[in-house]
Amino acid sequence: MATAAASVAPPAVESGRRSTRRRLRPAFGFLVIVAILVVAWEAAKWLAGDPWRYDSFLGTGIAIDHRPPFRIAQFNDINLPHVWDIAAIFFTADARGQTLLQVLLGAGLFTLRNAALGFAIGAVVGLGLAIVIVHIRLVERAIVPLLVVSQTIPIIAIAPLIVIGLRADWLGVAVVTSYLTFFPVTIAAIRGMRSYDPRAYELMTSYAAGRRTILWKLRLPASTAYLFTAFKVGATGSIVGAIVGELPSGITQGLARQILTAMQYYTLAPGKLWAAVVVASVLGIGAFLLVVLVERRVLRGARPDETGADA
Amino acid sequence: MTGAPVVELVGVSKRFGGTAGAVDALSGIDLRIDRGDFVSLIGPSGCGKSTLLRIVGDLIAPTTGNVTVNGKPAARARLDRDYGMVFQVPVLFDWRTVQKNVELPLEIIGSPKSERAAKASAMLALVELSAFAGHRPWQLSGGMQQRVAIARALALDPAILLMDEPFGALDEMTRERMNIELLRIWQRTGTTVIFVTHSIPEAVFLSTRVAVMSARPGRITHLIDIDLPRERNVETRETERYFELVTEVREALRAGEAPVGDGGPASARVRAEGIAG
Repeated sequence: MATAAASVAPPAVESGRRSTRRRLRPAFGFLVIVAILVVAWEAAKWLAGDPWRYDSFLGTGIAIDHRPPFRIAQFNDINLPHVWDIAAIFFTADARGQTLLQVLLGAGLFTLRNAALGFAIGAVVGLGLAIVIVHIRLVERAIVPLLVVSQTIPIIAIAPLIVIGLRADWLGVAVVTSYLTFFPVTIAAIRGMRSYDPRAYELMTSYAAGRRTILWKLRLPASTAYLFTAFKVGATGSIVGAIVGELPSGITQGLARQILTAMQYYTLAPGKLWAAVVVASVLGIGAFLLVVLVERRVLRGARPDETGADA
Repeated sequence: MTGAPVVELVGVSKRFGGTAGAVDALSGIDLRIDRGDFVSLIGPSGCGKSTLLRIVGDLIAPTTGNVTVNGKPAARARLDRDYGMVFQVPVLFDWRTVQKNVELPLEIIGSPKSERAAKASAMLALVELSAFAGHRPWQLSGGMQQRVAIARALALDPAILLMDEPFGALDEMTRERMNIELLRIWQRTGTTVIFVTHSIPEAVFLSTRVAVMSARPGRITHLIDIDLPRERNVETRETERYFELVTEVREALRAGEAPVGDGGPASARVRAEGIAG
């Protein structure tokens, strides 16, 4: 975006103004996309869903009695509930007087905590592995195929092993989560730590810099952009990982239990599952944005086209 | 100029690759460089001049022969941080400011913070970039970036400055300005310079001696003393002696097996450059 303008040093004032606009643009674009999806969803229902019968549509007093001209079974109210029905279900109260929104937010925060812990473990382990691999070629040849294999095992299959092996509590969940996070970090870090100009390595060698100095002053700084890309993947994946980890552990406070319950009662109240899905994806988006925010701070002085801020 | 030379190469050769398909990059190199000398290595692409520079800097080990720097083996000299390196591209770190880039070697040797800052500031003043200390490298022009690289190379007061076609990527105007700049810095610091270049005028203008090399295997065919006065400026390029020396270097290059600027078919040239680079 605006590559030509970005390649020359922009005056400070102008860059400040532009950066606010640049910051808002992706958010605006996202909202537009969401709006388009909602419209498309309801349009599908208008054309081929179940009949719309409202005495007073969304409390406006407008009566609607619409028979869609076509019929596609998948667009019925069980599979695709109306968007407003999903929205409304957030505010229905349960037996204890808590709204579904409160319940899901509580569960979401619980899951988020485990996801964050798992993400941290995954990032540290992933980076540590990459550091070892980058320095010892033999280890690279031995371990990298193993890591690839590790990712071909469905996480749902190993989650019970890990969770039960490590006691069915938050630690197990975090480890399952880290299993999803570490891999992209390792792969990106290996790539990033070799992304420098070979002459930069010669430069360091000419100063008789040791391995550790080269790691701190060249390899790690050179890999930050790569690392943040992996962190974005990992942060989003960590939410999924935490939910999958909670499933076999019998943890009741998290989103997994909410999803499980909603699945069992799907035909009775399909909106509940959709509500849980919305909360889970909002968490994922939040985790992603958090990484973007940290990236912006860390890569403040980097070339404008290398921050990946709009990614 | 008395006493032991700063750099002494005796019988240096370099062979790349295994027994099958090995390439002789350098052969029978003998060279003595005195303190304060400015020696240019000039030759066709793939003649091994960059390789020779890296052998002096102990970045590549020679296959045979000895390299002595400041009376020590090259490896010892590298560990003693006797070298400053400048490459064809600046190799500045984007994540550091200009000031911090110049401080890098000082950080590596562990000098205290205040000393680092003072030294880096002095070096930036030397290359006349003090005003840009807080900038990021990518905000500077190519010529300015290369001056930062020179400031960084000089930060440890190295006994020798190794320069690998440092101005090769710059346009002609900037290049000529950088030449004058480099001469000024060289005269101020009195450091010994080994300078790899493709350009005959540049070699003659800058050097006290020009080593003319031939390709495959790379060897030094001529060693030409540049007897221009040490104080050089724009007018130096217009003196008769300057033109005579340029002609002398050009003829020396032509006398080698490969003509200048055309080291044979493009593919062979690229291959040889890849090996030498």
